[in-house]
Amino acid sequence: MTAIAEPVAIRNDRTEVIHVEDLWAGYGPEPVLEAVNLHVYALDFIGIIGPNGGGKTTLLKVLLGLLAPTRGTVTVMGEPVASGRRHIGYVPQVVEFDHDFPISVWDVARMGRLGKRPPLRRYTSADDDAVADALRRVDMLDLRRRAIGELSGGQRQRVYIARALAGRPEILLLDEPTSSVDPRVSTSIYELLRELNERVTIMLVSHDMGAVSSYVKSVGCLNRHLFYHGQDHLTPEMVELAYQCPIDLVAHGVPHRVFAEHAIEAIQRYRDEEQRRS
Amino acid sequence: MINALAEALQFTFMRHALLAGLLVSVACGIIGTYVVVKRIVFISGGIAHAAYGGIGLGYYVKYMVVPVLFAGSAAARDPRPGYWPLLGAILFSLLAAALMGHIQRRTRQRADTIIGVLWAIGMAIGIVLVDLTRGYKVDLMSYLFGSILAVERLELLVIAGLDVLVVALVTLFYKELLAVSFDETFATVQNVPVGGIYALLLGMIALTVVMLMRVVGLILVIAMLTIPPAISGRLVRGIVPMMALSALLGVAFTTLGLWLSYAWNLTSGASIILVAGTGYLLSLLATRRGAGPSAGPRLGATLNRR
Repeated sequence: MTAIAEPVAIRNDRTEVIHVEDLWAGYGPEPVLEAVNLHVYALDFIGIIGPNGGGKTTLLKVLLGLLAPTRGTVTVMGEPVASGRRHIGYVPQVVEFDHDFPISVWDVARMGRLGKRPPLRRYTSADDDAVADALRRVDMLDLRRRAIGELSGGQRQRVYIARALAGRPEILLLDEPTSSVDPRVSTSIYELLRELNERVTIMLVSHDMGAVSSYVKSVGCLNRHLFYHGQDHLTPEMVELAYQCPIDLVAHGVPHRVFAEHAIEAIQRYRDEEQRRS
Repeated sequence: MINALAEALQFTFMRHALLAGLLVSVACGIIGTYVVVKRIVFISGGIAHAAYGGIGLGYYVKYMVVPVLFAGSAAARDPRPGYWPLLGAILFSLLAAALMGHIQRRTRQRADTIIGVLWAIGMAIGIVLVDLTRGYKVDLMSYLFGSILAVERLELLVIAGLDVLVVALVTLFYKELLAVSFDETFATVQNVPVGGIYALLLGMIALTVVMLMRVVGLILVIAMLTIPPAISGRLVRGIVPMMALSALLGVAFTTLGLWLSYAWNLTSGASIILVAGTGYLLSLLATRRGAGPSAGPRLGATLNRR
């Protein structure tokens, strides 16, 4: 636990770990992200929600240096992303994987150490220790010999979290961490993230507003523009701006902490207006 | 069968053929495993067929260029094609691998169409260059369908050399190859040189394809590259066991195929592939009820793993 040894100290001076300023990014003439500003501080636990196609994955890609911004600056731990990303543990969407791939839980988790071992360098016992720690942390050490394809969706997600943790990152970035698991498993994954947040800064993106907002410390909305000011609840303005049309998510059980009544009213108002117009 | 095989082994060409089958199976088992798990069968087919352009180039250079440039030299007078077609094939397949790999990684749309076009262009270049090589009748069929019975000492040495190279490279870059095969995005984030490793993989596919061309022929290269790993993927788990079993299966298929071809006077490449194909069908039947590791998980995860 070398890299993240002093969580209390970090908490006190609130180091900025991710800095995004006036970011524009996209894949063609039409920008997917527009004028995005984001400041992430050590031990934040941020949930960014937004509609599909709103730019959530694009934002992560930029933070990971997988997509070059068309404009703006992005730094991670004060460095440009290409080098700063070594401080990030990335957990992609589970659906992106080929689950027939013949690989064991252990070998998947060990990929989290690749950044520490460039080509022609072998894994060492220090790597084994870090991988074992990470798997233990997510309660998957006993299943280390299993093939990844033999696991349930929730177990698989834990393995990918362990892979991210194996590099002993300062920051965890997660893309839709609960998109392919049932609500019970989803809860257990958020509980795990909450525990991990004692030592690691976490930012996740999801379209699942309800689950996200009951566990994170702060929330933001992303739909081309990012509405995030470090607040712990969504304001009606944010929701109105981010979701430019009514969304079905609002209908099923949204926690009160986030969805203050007036937020729901705002959406109701929005729906009424839509109906009037059509 | 044993007697027939012993009898066949009295011939040098038969010993060479068996040895070629053995050597090729090693590279094939290793590289074929990557082709199957990374699902790059199509691009491998493209590389194989584009390599045919190199065969044509080899003949053209040997019979049209060398006699002009080095008139009177021993090389110019030698009537045999020698190593020229092999050299051309290596050059073209590496070139095709680089080009197709670049296209697949850089182009967002229709990479498969472009690869398909290159696939055809490569072959067409080969045929036209052979047409332009006057005064020599090239045995095209031997490259299309293989001529394992005509493998010479020199070629055995080249194949063995390529084997050593493939094994060395895969050992050196094992963890990067695994990471790039499993999850390119994560590998990139971990600062693995993904472009370079992918190029290395395609380069090794190119070399393996050239070796295989002699044994089973261009048209059947893909079968030989994919069938053994497809079978072993159903029987064992893990990349390394898959490679080992694939190599063993390759040896079994080439030996048995060779024997069949010898016993009934059949085309050797086709016999080898038919044996391999039969093996694949048998493995499907044998592991159909979820007995194999890759058939098991989906059932196992819900029924008995909880």
